[in-house]
Amino acid sequence: MLKDITIGQYIPGDTPIHNLDPRIKIIITFAFIAALFFINKFFGYLFVVAFMIMAVGLSKIPVRYIFKGLKPLLVIILLTVALNIFMTEGEVIYTIWKLRITKEGLIQAAFMALRLIFLITGASLLTLTTSPISLTDGIEKLLNPLRSIGVPAHELAMMMTIALRFIPTLLEETDKIMKAQMARGADFETGNIISRARAMVPLLVPLFISAFRRADELALAMEARCYRGGENRTRMKQLSIEFRDYMALIITIVFFLAILWSRYFVK
Amino acid sequence: MIKAKNVSYKYSNQEGKDYFALKNINIEIKEGEFVAILGHNGSGKSTFAKHLNALLLPLEGTVYIDGMDTREEKYLWNIRQTAGMVFQNPDNQIVATIVEEDVAFGPENLGLEPNIIRKRVDEALLTVDMFEYRKHSPHLLSGGQKQRVAIAGILAMKPRCIILDEPTAMLDPSGRKEVIETIIKLNKEENITIVLITHFMDEAVNADRIYIMEEGHVVMEGTPKEIFSKVDEIKKLGLDVPQVTELAHMLIDEGIDLPKDVLTVDEMVVELCRLK
Repeated sequence: MLKDITIGQYIPGDTPIHNLDPRIKIIITFAFIAALFFINKFFGYLFVVAFMIMAVGLSKIPVRYIFKGLKPLLVIILLTVALNIFMTEGEVIYTIWKLRITKEGLIQAAFMALRLIFLITGASLLTLTTSPISLTDGIEKLLNPLRSIGVPAHELAMMMTIALRFIPTLLEETDKIMKAQMARGADFETGNIISRARAMVPLLVPLFISAFRRADELALAMEARCYRGGENRTRMKQLSIEFRDYMALIITIVFFLAILWSRYFVK
Repeated sequence: MIKAKNVSYKYSNQEGKDYFALKNINIEIKEGEFVAILGHNGSGKSTFAKHLNALLLPLEGTVYIDGMDTREEKYLWNIRQTAGMVFQNPDNQIVATIVEEDVAFGPENLGLEPNIIRKRVDEALLTVDMFEYRKHSPHLLSGGQKQRVAIAGILAMKPRCIILDEPTAMLDPSGRKEVIETIIKLNKEENITIVLITHFMDEAVNADRIYIMEEGHVVMEGTPKEIFSKVDEIKKLGLDVPQVTELAHMLIDEGIDLPKDVLTVDEMVVELCRLK
């Protein structure tokens, strides 16, 4: 039953967006998110919509996947909308009990909701088009210059890789232990939250013990294969910045400038 | 290639008492040999295997790998590259999320050029016949396939010797066969020295020489034919002989004229046909 869980939401493809260098994609995503916070009028969102339509269109990711990312965060979006509607001072247009809805509040709420929606969809476009491995590679390379000030770039990336590698293994193991405990009469499904949480103990204890044993063996195997940290280590796959990466960067810079223009120069 | 001289090693258990896992071991393995080390659990065979990769250092005595003393720090990485090690659980020795990335892990640690790594990875995967799975995720492979990927990961480091610590203990019969066939191929075609630690007698039959360990000692040494013809001695150690050898032994006891050192079904067929 735990087997259906997929890690990340990567949808493989061979499009210009998929093939962008992961470093560039991460930088673009951050620039996009930063740009969202520079927008101060609805007009600015026109550029965002254009940018998103272009990116999603090029990536060939079905639009419903893009919006699926919004689902888990719907509560936060609704809460933001509600807070903005009721808490903003201004011209009152409607009153329910003690709560006043103001015109400014409505505008502010719509504005914030749009910002959140674009933020989430923009970020999920990154994870939809980038495999966890190249994402890890990208993060490692981007953090590399920070190594001189003590950021453990290689170690972080190695930890992420190993975590990704062992998630399916540990899920499989959880499934196995669960079945073994159920065969001996363990009950994971009935009772209130407390008794269900208590039923998890015989599941978690063996799982933790085995995870530690695995970690021990893996460390030994890595040492036996000459692993000695990130120093002097090379990589088989080299990231390279190509023409399309420069193009993407230029488009992003133009987009960013357009947002700045909309903020400071459009009345 | 491998030389262990008077090697002893002890563990301390939880009560602080020491016990010797290895006592005065003397083993010599020549380049290109296929040696099996047999023994049941706790006989010290895994402890010995870890000495060959400098994962453990001898308390007394010396281990030389290709003339390099394992206790010398400066040889450590050379030794680990020369004598690669494959472990029992295939899941716990695969590091990366894609087969070819995992095979590249060793050469990457050696700091080789990317194009050289690429070449070695492809060669290693072809040798173990896993090339078509190079883009797969390891957790979707069978046990035997995973173990072959682990072997490829060692091969890509171009070792002259591979130590396999019960590589088939967690596999089903077909996976076991895949792995043993791969090992034999490496020994015969690539001339890689093989040290196979196992408790499956049928696997040891393929070796050039066998060592049997018991409570930290080497108790028997010889070719498979020499070792397995001593059926009673081996049974006394709590080990089995290959089924066919045991059958031959029982038939001899019944007064049938068979040689004592029949190890495989094919040999048995030949011998039985000769009887008529």
